[in-house]
Amino acid sequence: MKFTVSWLKDHLETDASLEEIVNRLTMIGLEVEGVSNRAERLAPFTIAKVIDAGPHPNADRLKVLTVDAGEGKPLQIVCGAPNARKGLVGVLGRPGDYVPGIDITLSVGKIRAVESFGMMCSERELELSDAHEGIIDLPEDAPVGQSYASWAGLDDPVIEIGLTPNRPDCTGVHGIARDLAAAGLGKLKDSGAKQVRGTFPCPTGVTLEFGDTKPLCKAFALRLVKGVSNGPSPKWMQDRLVAIGLRPINTLVDITNYMTFDRGRPLHVFDAAKVNGDLVVRRGRSGESIEGLNGKSYEVDDTICVIADDNAVESLGGILGGELSGCTEETTDVLIESALWDEDGIAATGRKLGVNTDARYRFERGVDPDFMLPGLEMATQMVLDLCGGEPSEIVQAGTVPESAKVIDFPYAEVKRLSGIEATTAEINLTLKALGFWISGAGDTVKVAAPSWRPDIEGKADLVEEVVRILGLDRVPVTPLPRGRTVASRILTTGQIRRSKARRALAARGMNEAVTWSFISKSHADHFGGGQAELMLANPISADMSHMRPSLLPGLLSAAQRNADRGYPDVALFEVGQIFGGDAPEDQKMVASGIRRGTARLEGSGRHWAGAANAVTVFDAKADALAALSAIGAPADKLMVFRDAPGHFHPGRSGAFKLGPKNTLAVFGELHPRTLMELDISGPVIGFEIYLDALPEPKAKATRSKGKLLASDLMPVRRDFAFVVNTSVEAETLLKAARGADKALISEVTLFDVYQGKGIDPDQKSVAIDVLLQPVKKTLTDEEIDAVSKKVVASVEKATGGTLRG
Amino acid sequence: MSHLNELETDLIAAIEAADTETALEEIRVSALGKKGSISEQMKTLGKMSPDERQTMGPALNALKAKITDAVAARKAMLAEAALNARLASETIDITLPLRPSPAETGRVHPISQVIDELAAIFADMGFSVAEGPDIETDDLNFTALNFPEGHPARDMHDTFFFNEKEDGERLLLRTHTSPVQIRTMRNEEPPIRVIIPGRTYRCDSDQTHTPMFHQLEGLVIDKTSHFGHLKWTLEEFCKAFFEVKNVNMRFRPSFFPFTEPSMEVDVQCDRSGGEVKIGEGSDWMEILGCGMVHPNVLRNCGLDPDEYQGFAWGVGIDRLAMLKYGMPDLRDFFDADIRWIQHYGFRPLDLPTLFGGLSS
Repeated sequence: MKFTVSWLKDHLETDASLEEIVNRLTMIGLEVEGVSNRAERLAPFTIAKVIDAGPHPNADRLKVLTVDAGEGKPLQIVCGAPNARKGLVGVLGRPGDYVPGIDITLSVGKIRAVESFGMMCSERELELSDAHEGIIDLPEDAPVGQSYASWAGLDDPVIEIGLTPNRPDCTGVHGIARDLAAAGLGKLKDSGAKQVRGTFPCPTGVTLEFGDTKPLCKAFALRLVKGVSNGPSPKWMQDRLVAIGLRPINTLVDITNYMTFDRGRPLHVFDAAKVNGDLVVRRGRSGESIEGLNGKSYEVDDTICVIADDNAVESLGGILGGELSGCTEETTDVLIESALWDEDGIAATGRKLGVNTDARYRFERGVDPDFMLPGLEMATQMVLDLCGGEPSEIVQAGTVPESAKVIDFPYAEVKRLSGIEATTAEINLTLKALGFWISGAGDTVKVAAPSWRPDIEGKADLVEEVVRILGLDRVPVTPLPRGRTVASRILTTGQIRRSKARRALAARGMNEAVTWSFISKSHADHFGGGQAELMLANPISADMSHMRPSLLPGLLSAAQRNADRGYPDVALFEVGQIFGGDAPEDQKMVASGIRRGTARLEGSGRHWAGAANAVTVFDAKADALAALSAIGAPADKLMVFRDAPGHFHPGRSGAFKLGPKNTLAVFGELHPRTLMELDISGPVIGFEIYLDALPEPKAKATRSKGKLLASDLMPVRRDFAFVVNTSVEAETLLKAARGADKALISEVTLFDVYQGKGIDPDQKSVAIDVLLQPVKKTLTDEEIDAVSKKVVASVEKATGGTLRG
Repeated sequence: MSHLNELETDLIAAIEAADTETALEEIRVSALGKKGSISEQMKTLGKMSPDERQTMGPALNALKAKITDAVAARKAMLAEAALNARLASETIDITLPLRPSPAETGRVHPISQVIDELAAIFADMGFSVAEGPDIETDDLNFTALNFPEGHPARDMHDTFFFNEKEDGERLLLRTHTSPVQIRTMRNEEPPIRVIIPGRTYRCDSDQTHTPMFHQLEGLVIDKTSHFGHLKWTLEEFCKAFFEVKNVNMRFRPSFFPFTEPSMEVDVQCDRSGGEVKIGEGSDWMEILGCGMVHPNVLRNCGLDPDEYQGFAWGVGIDRLAMLKYGMPDLRDFFDADIRWIQHYGFRPLDLPTLFGGLSS
């Protein structure tokens, strides 16, 4: 919402400075988004007279002007305007001046080899209007050498406020003035509408025809003014409209626009000569369409409210008038419409057709119903004043709904919700100044909201009115009471796990990324997602259309972007949500990461101490295990399975599980096909940890870590090497060795895997180191031999291998 | 006796000349071994007359001791020289660069770090952390929060929708973290103090808007908390978060459907140097919206607005991070550019705490 200071002062008697007005507006909830003063912006431009105009030696269309700027010697200026001529008084910009309309700071230039020391400006170049047919042509008596802006009365700052959707009353300057007056910044001028007596019945009838459907129009008033003479509106009106960014059309149209901004009351004018028969306000019919005043054509249907005559649809009710019956300078008889539309209908139509107009903006927020007729009277008076003519009586269809809403208001509510200590008198004064009615006495009174405040529903709304006008600085800063005990843990298990996984992975040299929750369908499909219920109906782009089933595609794309920028060795991870479906419980938290190129734990790239090798599945396994340990997964109970999802290399991937059904994490090298699908170059490894899959830890009675059992007896180490088939998994062998004597064997370490010379090609040698920890007494050679035999027997039985001789 | 002097002179000379431990050992054996020159002399003592023995005995013993000492001294010297030589040969270029340690190169994203900072601050004020799903119902995202059907306030949200289901329900991506207010109030008995961090979504994209961003919602519900408590909470929060002694804040009336009265909050700052400095200067910058929870919202959660009251606020986490740590462009937060993460990210062991300072 924009308006000028002089416009505001039509409604508000005040001595307040611009700064005071601007501050107060913001502090009562009408946030000032900008103040611009054309006089300041155009300060350097002066009135100048062309004392000679000659042809340009090198260009037919250009002229070389000699311009008197009122000081010193005349300037030579090259000008292409068709109306540039000797004797013209116009507006001059000189080198160094900024021309806002073309966003250029002038300098001395040479145009076709002739020097030019400035520019004679058009209205568009100074952002005064769209006119660009020629340079500004001022009256001959305009004072040469003076500031153009101050001579032209442009010294009227434009204030723009960002209006919240609850304040339709402030879509007009009058409403803004009312708020300022209530806030003590002046006195609201009473500029009520006077009734204009019609001298004949309105020849055009109006009916609302909605049958048994919801009426999209509540009431509709119309009047004819015949014998008007339309033409450009007066300068003061044009100046104001231009100042707030509107284009003056002709007096009749300008009056409706003026009323829209002056009073927040949109109106429409029809050229009566172009209306056939009576007007019917009804739902549109499929097949019907309308040419709007904005030059665009719209198809209508039965959700859209139209005004039609015998011929055609003439207007999109409350949103946009039609070109067919629009007023032009030839109009002599005008029908003025003032109506009340259904707010939801206006909003729905506006959204459906994509039309944003000043009328829609107001009607969908709710215009003052009680001002429908006064608005029409006021507009009629303006038409009579500016265009002459003879008014008819008003014809009205429908009835203006009762708007009075009475609220029981305990004064104590102000203190209860805001903390402000305000007197009853202050509260009454404030509410009355805003147009509220108060009746009754005592602690609780009855308050009626004015018809222009559809946003007022209850007590809390009244508190807001009081608080915003009295000022939020009166709210006393009051500490929240602190608890009487030391704070206990506030994070949930899930939150703690995310934090631990995050910092564990970062401590492994990985970099945390945050990638989009939505990815392309093809990426989602490839990672087991892409379901219809996870597809956005209105994605911001095609590659952000589906909720992600995994963090890997986002991370892989990110790694590739980094590689394309020259950083091929990156380790990235993310802790975030994935979506298995659209129900809340289908959203899971995971920690996922990738390493590309040589981005390993020990470091990446070449180094004097030895270049890093390409990442392998074991880097992924180590990351996954580290994060699992960090979140408290029982390392001794984790089992490694081969069944990782299909986007991993089938022979180089696995899963950590607690039991065969509960997968805690998957890891591996990415499948070559996955990389191809995502257009990623490898090598890349990745992992995904399902943070919610780990069962909630059991509550413990004590935090004690238990007694340390450290034996005084020397442990004994024995090495064994077994020759087994290549298909035998290390875990099988280790498990067999560990289980050979659970009392004595405290640790089994696998320290060598060998394939090659001396071993059959389909076999491998696996060497382990078994640590025996005696508990009661030192082991004898016989005891050690006995355990060794058990280890060999157990491993041979489990693996089908033999002890290597 | 002169032959002893001569022997001594020869042996000492030989010892001094020995330049390896082996050579020295040979000399020692040649003098003091079973058949060494001194040992041979010792053997002659038995055949001597008592008088001769009287003089030769001590002389020979003295010689033996002297040579033994000389050998030991020479040995120590040779060992020292050998060690020095070894050390000299072992010298390496200690300016060779290290591989950086993983904990040094890993980074935590600023959003995560800021969420941890926020949790630390609000935990101190007695808040806990609540969460909710990203995919929400229209009811929880709008209707229960007092957004009337078809109201322009809904348009301000640029909502991402899913396709309508057969039963007419249309899910959406939450446009704010406020639905979790409803979930919390419906599931917990007051008094309630929670903060709600999370991802939020709007169809919007430019330098300061991304289709996905992060919000922190705050909610306090009890029987006494009013605007004054809200002011205190936010002022304390700003001071703690920006780690400054004073923050000038400006509370302006505004409008949100789910609060009444509603306010927007600006902080005073200095934008002159290309960077935003909070706590000084004369510019105002909007950082959050807040208000008293709307009576309709309380009612929608089964709470009587005449008995219960409270406040809520919402603030952009990404925006807070930008203001505090100086990132110029929101879009970079989600690009995973390794250079950006390395520069703006945080070291894994720098867990923010109030007792240790949030970012020190």
